[in-house]
Amino acid sequence: MTETPHIGFVVAAYALAGATLIGMIAAVFADYRAQLRALRRLEGARAGPLAP
Amino acid sequence: MPNFANPTAFLSLVGRLLPYLWAATAAFFALGLWLALFVAPPDYQQGETARIMYLHVPAAWMAMFIYAVMAIAALGTLVWRHPLADAAQKAAAPLGAGFTFICLTTGSLWGKPMWGTYWVWDARLTSVLVLFILYLGLIALWRAIDDFGRAARAAAILTLVGSVNIPIIKFSVDWWNTLHQPASVFRLGGPTIAPSLLWPLLVMALAFTLLFFALQLMAIRNEILRRRVARLVAAAARGANDFAAGLDLVPGARRA
Repeated sequence: MTETPHIGFVVAAYALAGATLIGMIAAVFADYRAQLRALRRLEGARAGPLAP
Repeated sequence: MPNFANPTAFLSLVGRLLPYLWAATAAFFALGLWLALFVAPPDYQQGETARIMYLHVPAAWMAMFIYAVMAIAALGTLVWRHPLADAAQKAAAPLGAGFTFICLTTGSLWGKPMWGTYWVWDARLTSVLVLFILYLGLIALWRAIDDFGRAARAAAILTLVGSVNIPIIKFSVDWWNTLHQPASVFRLGGPTIAPSLLWPLLVMALAFTLLFFALQLMAIRNEILRRRVARLVAAAARGANDFAAGLDLVPGARRA
């Protein structure tokens, strides 16, 4: 890319879009981990301490 | 053929599909960004600022496409009563909001140097803002109602009512005199932009679409797991109530 007076807008647009997409991906992965943790805890509790 | 209406079969399919989807998404993003930032020439009028279009236009397409997916899922909930339709609808709303946010902000960052303003109450911009508010409203609705079935029906009705906004967004530039330029890719006479600018746009659009499908499948899987967690919590609460009733700890508690 060549130097232009508006390059700051281009960089800001790519940074903002990148941050939003990374945020969306992180949120979905974090939710997956949280649900798995909750499921394991509850299934463990249901099986009881003497379960195989 | 496996029954994908069965959540367990669906989870198995998602587990098999996701690695390929993520690999394809990463590959198309790498190719698209390389084409958009290093191969595509600057526009003869807009200069380097035109590179914002490789984010803005695919995000705008996704904002409308995801709403169409949600409208089909809403029909699935209300008409066909498909067991995964409401999960698909709930999963898509935050993704649609995210892509619409990218569309609005990148458009605004393009507008300032090209139009001299970040925002105008133009028909296209305003109808996309309405779409963003609709997505936020649907997310809020899902969170406001605890019962999955009631929340799904209410969200499905709101989604179908809001779908009237999609043709308004698409045709706003034809129906009204707007500052926003008319369609230059999906139009009857074919695209009006040069192939050197069109190809990076299409590759980025494919990358955005693949990312949406990967996130959508993961988010539906999360929703299925969330419902299993809710069922287990309810079963544990019932079990505790029965136990307390058996010991006469809770006056009035009865065995189920």
